[in-house]
Amino acid sequence: MGLIGDTVDSIKSIQTRQLLSQAVSLGMIVTSALIIWKALMCVTGSESPVVVVLSGSMEPGFKRGDILFLHMSNAPIRAGEIVVFNVDGREIPIVHRVIKVHERQDTGEVDVLTKGDNNNGDDRLLYAQGQQWLHRHHIMGRAVGFLPYVGWVTIIMTEKPIIKYILIGALGLLVITSKD
Amino acid sequence: MHSFGYRLNGLLTFSVTILAIMCAITSLSDNLNTPSPSAEIQVMNINWFQKQPQGNDEVSLTMNISADLQTLFTWNTKQLFIFVAAEYKTPKNSLNQVSLWDAIIPSKEHAKFWIHTSNKYRFVDQGNNLRGKEFNLTLHWHVMPKTGKMFADKIVLTGYSFPEEYR
Repeated sequence: MGLIGDTVDSIKSIQTRQLLSQAVSLGMIVTSALIIWKALMCVTGSESPVVVVLSGSMEPGFKRGDILFLHMSNAPIRAGEIVVFNVDGREIPIVHRVIKVHERQDTGEVDVLTKGDNNNGDDRLLYAQGQQWLHRHHIMGRAVGFLPYVGWVTIIMTEKPIIKYILIGALGLLVITSKD
Repeated sequence: MHSFGYRLNGLLTFSVTILAIMCAITSLSDNLNTPSPSAEIQVMNINWFQKQPQGNDEVSLTMNISADLQTLFTWNTKQLFIFVAAEYKTPKNSLNQVSLWDAIIPSKEHAKFWIHTSNKYRFVDQGNNLRGKEFNLTLHWHVMPKTGKMFADKIVLTGYSFPEEYR
């Protein structure tokens, strides 16, 4: 009787330990991904160091699905730079090129006008009601490099969330059923 | 250790790592290129020069732009985005940059060109400071690579000025 009880106890303890160690390693993976993301935010000085191109307004240079690496420095904003900006009231950032710059002599503040390469008109239609210029605080970063096609994964997961759930479910299943 | 899942995982990780390294090396190869571009811009005519109802000066001009940017192209170049901007100083603004014309050069063959054009975008000042003012015309280019780091540079051409009076 005592022997059976002992064996059952030992089996239960192995499973609990295995479960706990799997949970801890899953937690480590998630937190290390978060650490890398936050470190990138520090290094590039931008709130979102990597963005996915969502529209065709910068074609043929940037196509939908490309990813852009951003960097924000205190260097002044000059014409020709590709900047990522947020318009008050819109949550999705826009990536367009600066075509006009007026920098104040006294304060160093700057009025900026942007336009997508593939658009016919400038971005005044996209700015908030009555807004004619962008200012420094609207701009989140400059595009300094890019990788083609890699962003399609994010676009698919955003536009068809069912795929996101399937992927997470499959990953979770893999973690639970793996023997490691 | 040799199941299908492990093998697939190993294969995918390896191929993504190799692709990333190839993209990085491709981008680094752009640094080996030493470009020697040249450009010339002539202002053929000031079409009109007026003060708008809101008080801002506006000018329309026609330019001859010729350039040879062939040395900027490498095997990793997807296109060149070029634009001509007028740069000038006013009492209120330490720097004004107004883009007048831009174009996309898709390949090396198109990089040596000559164009006669009026300004694509309206040249409007913040104020009415343009009469008799000197300005520079700069030709900027942005190299957009097939993958990796983007480069930009410019040629500054000086010696242009607005007429003394509106016309």
